[in-house]
Amino acid sequence: MSEWKFTAKEIAEKPELFASGHRACAGCVPATVHRLVLKAARGPIIASHATGCIEVSSTIYPYTAWRIPWIHTAFENVAANASGIETALKVLRRKGKIKNEHVDVVAFAGDGGTYDIGIQALSGAAERGHDFLYVLYDNEAYMNTGIQRSGGTPHGAWTTTSPAGKVIPGKPQFKKPIAEIMVAHEIPYVATASPFYWKDLIAKARKGLEAEGPAFLHVIAPCPRGWRFPTEKGIELSRLAVETCVFPLWEAVDGEYRLSAPSKVIALKPERKKPVKEYLKIQGRFRHLFTPEHEHVISEIQEIVDKRWKRLLKKCGIA
Amino acid sequence: MTLVKQKVLAMNGDEAVAYAVKQSDVDVVAAYPITPQTIIVERFSEYVHNGEVDTEFVCVESEHSALTACLAASAVGARAFTATASAGLALMHEILFVTSGCRAPVVMAVVNRALSAPINIHCDHSDAMAERDSGWIQIYAENSQEAYDSVIQAFRIAEHTDVLLPVMIGLDGFFLSHTLENVKVLPDETVRNFVGTRKFPLVKSHEGKLVPFRLDPENPITIGPLALFDYYFEIKRQQEEAMRKALPIIKQVHDEYAGISGRRYGNGLIDAYRLEDAEIAAVCLGSTAGTVKTVVDELRSKGIKAGLLRLRTFRPLPTEEIKNALANVKAVGVMDRACSFGGFGGPVFHEVRHVLYDLQTRPHVSNYIYGLGGRDTSPMMIHQIYQDLQQIVETNRVEKPVQFIGVRE
Ligand SMILES: Cc1ncc(C[n+]2csc(CCOP(=O)(O)OP(=O)(O)O)c2C)c(N)n1
Ligand code: SF4
Ligand SMILES: [Mg+2]
Repeated sequence: MSEWKFTAKEIAEKPELFASGHRACAGCVPATVHRLVLKAARGPIIASHATGCIEVSSTIYPYTAWRIPWIHTAFENVAANASGIETALKVLRRKGKIKNEHVDVVAFAGDGGTYDIGIQALSGAAERGHDFLYVLYDNEAYMNTGIQRSGGTPHGAWTTTSPAGKVIPGKPQFKKPIAEIMVAHEIPYVATASPFYWKDLIAKARKGLEAEGPAFLHVIAPCPRGWRFPTEKGIELSRLAVETCVFPLWEAVDGEYRLSAPSKVIALKPERKKPVKEYLKIQGRFRHLFTPEHEHVISEIQEIVDKRWKRLLKKCGIA
Repeated sequence: MTLVKQKVLAMNGDEAVAYAVKQSDVDVVAAYPITPQTIIVERFSEYVHNGEVDTEFVCVESEHSALTACLAASAVGARAFTATASAGLALMHEILFVTSGCRAPVVMAVVNRALSAPINIHCDHSDAMAERDSGWIQIYAENSQEAYDSVIQAFRIAEHTDVLLPVMIGLDGFFLSHTLENVKVLPDETVRNFVGTRKFPLVKSHEGKLVPFRLDPENPITIGPLALFDYYFEIKRQQEEAMRKALPIIKQVHDEYAGISGRRYGNGLIDAYRLEDAEIAAVCLGSTAGTVKTVVDELRSKGIKAGLLRLRTFRPLPTEEIKNALANVKAVGVMDRACSFGGFGGPVFHEVRHVLYDLQTRPHVSNYIYGLGGRDTSPMMIHQIYQDLQQIVETNRVEKPVQFIGVRE
């Protein structure tokens, strides 16, 4: 993997492969994530998408926001799309049926398309070792169908299928550690990213494309509609997710975990670690927790965040 | 076209399919094993591992991914093939529609097997019949030779730029898939020339250019977008148009192939047996036709004017051919190896009876559901059907329009 160096100016001047004019909501961070990932393109690239918010809002026929070849087939199978694309490119190049140049393959899916219905195809593609980058834009619920909980929805969050009821205040379960599950597949590259740290995100997307074999990039992607926050707060939340260690930034190259700079700072100066409350209070989906009867859920969230942070530090060799 | 010299190989139906795929310059095979299709993937794996084919074989983790990978590979421009049966086809259900909707010319062998429950590995047509509205061309083979020939023809039909539809070749589980037969095979070169290389129609890209219909970084297009009430209907209408256009193309490809191989299956759409002057006729698909033909011969030797219409192509339905073939028959017995629970008879009955409705003088049409879950269909049972048809002609009425044959009731 090369250490690709780039400046903000160079990134700004790179073509927008994900064009504006799509129909995502105002303040949609997932849309921004797509734009940033494609800034990492190093040459010809083909994209595939699972069904979800960005797939539908970017390709309302006869319009499309994709300036690169793009295919969507269904919700649960984007990793199988990527498998087919990568395999076809390989064999067609070998047989001289297409131009002999490397073409990158990137698959995008939401949390529903990854943690839940899509995990079988993803696990299979990772095991087979297809050379592609899988980008999980994690807005932590099924937004396209109207904010239902997924395996990526955090504990305590309100969604329409984990309502803030009188008896059960939001989602009882915790978020599945999907990126670690992908590390366990022993693939060459796994990383987490946040669009506030956009340079880190682009650099990781590039490493994912460069990796030979499957790469998995897990990006936190706040959704103003589903998380119930004002449209201008998405990037601030992307920052707070990291600063509270709710979503630490790390990468695992060939299974070796290491913290990325924004999280490393916190590891070295623990006093910089912000309480989860600061992250939760801006979001309407956690509003019900700020009441005397449900306050304990905030402590539960803090506990799991602390526990997982500690576990991560250990994996990164920072005990 | 001149006939070419052919080798005879002892192969079962699955092996014949794998052999045809091996010769057809296929780029990507993605498949998942299921009885009675397994031999296809096993043989093909051997070809790959012994370097006998220049094909990528993706050993996917499910049939859903098998068809998805074929569809995506096909969108890039690859010739793609898969094979399945029963539960595997049912698991593909969603992607069958996506494949035809994306106009991806994937070819698939369906080794027809019963659907669960109860679980049963033997032959019937409930798997493929459940997918008859999925936008795939459906061709049913009578024997392993025809399975071999049809797979080769399928690539030409699917990839024809006026068609661009996926094709299913049905072969009866065990009866064909696991039964040894002498299969004549064409030389590799001949098959390679016959299938040729994929051609891509030009489509208007969002940049306003005319570009080949494939995922190509130099000419980007979007495949599989969201299309709502303002465009969806036209796209579906075009699919139906492509099905209509496929009818003469299936015939053309069949005729061209016959010119090389010397083998004909009727006209490629229907296969009529001693039907010219027939008064009573059975209609069936697949391997059962072999048994029915012997029964027809026996009846004919006794002076009974019996005939058979085998539907080789079930989708698109060759309506004119069916009408013409059965117009002068007095009683038609449609055999269905699948049930349409709660409906009026089986799926083939629905279609055939429906087509005949337009005739000025209509034959009587009755339905015989048979052979579910691999239940043996003996010549005796087929005699029973023809006896019933004779009685219908004599009494000029159909007493029982739908009957179950060979079952304890
Ligand atoms: C097989 C199947 N089941 C359900 C759906 C309905 N569906 C479409 S998108 C979606 C949720 C997508 O959630 P996610 O992957 O998180 O993406 P997001 O919309 O949040 O960006 C669901 C449930 C579907 N399209 N296909
Ligand atoms: S619902 Fe959320 S993820 Fe979907 S388009 Fe709107 S802001 Fe983006
Ligand atoms: Mg989501």
